[in-house]
Amino acid sequence: MTFTRRETLAIGLGGVAALALPMQAAAMVDDKIAAFTGGADVGEGGLTLTAPEIAENGNTVPVEVSAPGAVSILLLAAGNPNPDVCTFNFGPLAGAQAASTRIRLARTQEVVAVAKMADGSFVRAAQEVKVTIGGCGG
Amino acid sequence: MADNVKPRVKVPKSASAGEVITLKTLISHPMESGQRKNKAGEVIPRSIINRFTCDFNGQNVIDVTLEPAISTNPYFEFQSQVPEAGEFTFTWYDDDGSVYTETKAISVG
Repeated sequence: MTFTRRETLAIGLGGVAALALPMQAAAMVDDKIAAFTGGADVGEGGLTLTAPEIAENGNTVPVEVSAPGAVSILLLAAGNPNPDVCTFNFGPLAGAQAASTRIRLARTQEVVAVAKMADGSFVRAAQEVKVTIGGCGG
Repeated sequence: MADNVKPRVKVPKSASAGEVITLKTLISHPMESGQRKNKAGEVIPRSIINRFTCDFNGQNVIDVTLEPAISTNPYFEFQSQVPEAGEFTFTWYDDDGSVYTETKAISVG
């Protein structure tokens, strides 16, 4: 099997694009987190993100976030075409800084949650979710 | 205007003063993400609920900003304090400007 010059170039470009896509998504997540935190340091701990390890249907994946003492929690899906998922802002009457919902995941990826605490600090948690059937349509 | 939008919420009928209760809400809505294409290859325009709030007697419990990655028929489960008898107001804001509200009274006893 021989490649023409044109085919070789195309393969090379395709390879670069395939490598760049996940990196671009990760950069988008970092940008979103920076926009949420205002560039502050993000610590660990104090935030629980509960998601299934394997989601058979990416159209509806149950996730739960819980961060006692948080004022808001940002949820991101690193592998979606648009990583934003939702932002929970807790009011003065919130019984617990926890909420659960159902989200869409396009493919196997990491779900990231960042919580803003009452004292202005930020913590993050992430979990890998394996998706059998993607949920963003085609 | 999305068709057949029907909010459903589950609130206990009564609670003791200061108790923390769990609220469950669901609204039937297609949550068209703006990523899908129809058979002709045209992108189906985004049509989602972009914000959900819950208030108790005028005080905020939760305020959620939704993006297209929230599933069809957005479901939320969260907790609220009940300092006194009163009314929960749930509000959903649609991309097309529609606002759907639902109220549930709770007694303290």
